[in-house]
Amino acid sequence: MELTRRDVLAALAAAGVVGAGAHEYAERDGGSADPPLTDHETATLVAVAEVAYPSAVSNVPDFARRYSVARVNDDADYRAGVREAVADLDDACTSWFDDRFAALDDDDARADALHEIGAVVATPDPSGGRSERIRHYLVNELLYALYTSPTGAGLAGLENPPGYPGGDTSYQRGPQ
Amino acid sequence: MTDRTPRADADVCVVGAGPAGALVAHRLAAAGHDVVVLDAGPRFDPADRPAREETAIRPGETAPWGTGVDEHAERDAFTSTGPKSYPLNDARVKGVGGSTLHWQGMVMRLHESDFRLHTETGLGTDWPLSYADLRSHYAAAERAFGVAGASDNPFAPPRETPFPLPAFEPSYSDSIFAEACEARGIATHSVPNARNSESYQGRSECQGYGTCKPVCPSGAKYDATVHVSKAEDAGARVIDRAAVQRLEHDDAGERVTAAVYATPDGEFRQEADEFVLAAGGVETPRLLLLSESPQYPDGLANTSGLVGRYFTDHFYAGVGGVVDERTRQHHVGFNTTNSHQFYERPSDGSRTAIKLEFHNYAGPTPADVALSGDALGDDLLDDVRREYGNQVGVGALVEQVPQYENRVRLDRSKTDDHGSPVPDVVWSLDDRTKRTIERANEIQRGILSELDAEIRWEIGPEKTGPAFHHMGTTRMGVDPSTSVVDPELRTHDLSNLTIAGSSVFPTTGAMNPTLTIAALSLYAADRLRERL
Repeated sequence: MELTRRDVLAALAAAGVVGAGAHEYAERDGGSADPPLTDHETATLVAVAEVAYPSAVSNVPDFARRYSVARVNDDADYRAGVREAVADLDDACTSWFDDRFAALDDDDARADALHEIGAVVATPDPSGGRSERIRHYLVNELLYALYTSPTGAGLAGLENPPGYPGGDTSYQRGPQ
Repeated sequence: MTDRTPRADADVCVVGAGPAGALVAHRLAAAGHDVVVLDAGPRFDPADRPAREETAIRPGETAPWGTGVDEHAERDAFTSTGPKSYPLNDARVKGVGGSTLHWQGMVMRLHESDFRLHTETGLGTDWPLSYADLRSHYAAAERAFGVAGASDNPFAPPRETPFPLPAFEPSYSDSIFAEACEARGIATHSVPNARNSESYQGRSECQGYGTCKPVCPSGAKYDATVHVSKAEDAGARVIDRAAVQRLEHDDAGERVTAAVYATPDGEFRQEADEFVLAAGGVETPRLLLLSESPQYPDGLANTSGLVGRYFTDHFYAGVGGVVDERTRQHHVGFNTTNSHQFYERPSDGSRTAIKLEFHNYAGPTPADVALSGDALGDDLLDDVRREYGNQVGVGALVEQVPQYENRVRLDRSKTDDHGSPVPDVVWSLDDRTKRTIERANEIQRGILSELDAEIRWEIGPEKTGPAFHHMGTTRMGVDPSTSVVDPELRTHDLSNLTIAGSSVFPTTGAMNPTLTIAALSLYAADRLRERL
């Protein structure tokens, strides 16, 4: 299932990001003169999404990039948290695996790294320790984006997830 | 700067901009009267609703409307000292629109028997009004809200006209329950909803956001800002962040003369010919108690000693689990099927009323599962699919016969941001209500067993909590020694003080109270019009 711009907008709406700003970032193909995240930070978020998302979805880099850029652009505190979490993740990976997260060999290596760091089982907490912050700002935020989108939640049979204005007929339909 | 000074020559001062206050204000302003409404909380910007909606979706988020958050901890301070803890700030929204901003929006009329509980069962008391007295006002309230419903409930009281809007169709989940209920001889039927199944009076039809409680981003769910706006269009003046501190009365102690209110710009006095208290089942009695005077040392309008007494809420009972098929939960945030089959009480009074609700939002959402999981990628999706999708849940509201010892009183050891004693909510669970909760659980387990469900949770007498319906604390009656307001909803003690809201309910049934609040408010407004 391909993640689309509609999914980006739905996930942003579920995160409270609506209006012209959300549409602008969801639609924008090129870079910005004043990007809210560096290329490396964006690449790291995409790399996290590639291992956090199931193989059943495609177009993950585009979805993760558009969502993350709009999300951090809407919230300066959140942007600062993401930047710190990316730096924390890179520090841990460099220390343990001799390379930054996005530069690790493949998705298996990156999944192992997230597990080793504790970011998969940690309690998400924006003001917690390193593992808690990485889970909060990177892993869980990207999972939130996926599983509040029609395509992502649709993988579990909920094509009209809470926060998405999918009309008042889907609840009447049986399983497809 | 917002002008929060008093309105000169006001006919009516309404305290509280929730559904009761908004409806009274609109009706009186539309009739040409000068109306001012004072609300302790802020006006909420409709543009902020998407951000508030996020709190309904993201696990761990709370208080989308700000009641009780750190910023307002002092403003919303309370205590709860009864045997049963009461989470007051989860149960209310302080601000223009009141608790309809976070309500779910189920709007049933009370049954005819609810008005004569004592006569029929020997429990509680009878209302001084009958269903027939309120019937036309119920219809008016349904038109005001734009209620979507159908006349398919064999247990409902008689009605004179169809609902304003067609009912929402049953859910797929309802169809699963329908078979199980039919097998057990339980009749199910539609739910009257205060949300638009079609566009109504300028508000859109339901968009399916699925976050009705606590936030409807589209405005398809009715909330009291609808009638706040209508009242303002008709000339009423609505002042937010105007916390009424006390009511003052004349030398004879027969009439209220002014509401003294605190604002960010200082304290003011609003005078008026008539006053309407519509601040809910907790703040209304609290304000009366705070308005003590040499003439009324136990609180205003409290000659009976019953202001704050008989605090009542509905108790929740529920059973849920998983079945061996997909049930399609969380597409919408409201219920579409109920059963009132167990509503009427045995004549021996051995149990109280039960209203069954079949949930369309049982169990976690995919996002709930994903964000609390301990896996990634395909493994996590397997977990999400396993935890979401096969859930079922049956809830119930259970009636409590009002208990004298349950009450709202002042906690003089603790003060709010204006130095006034905070409310202390004293609540308890009695044996009869416990038995009724157990009976509700028995019915619920029976339905789930018909589905061969694996039961995973049960809310019974030990875990039960409130449905967030504050009622009974200024009860209505004919006898001034056993009630606070008369059948016209005027206090027995002060002739120009009306109370609108669920605090006047002498008994509560097991129906969500807001349609009855609205019907009584329109009824009270008509009585006021006759006097003005």
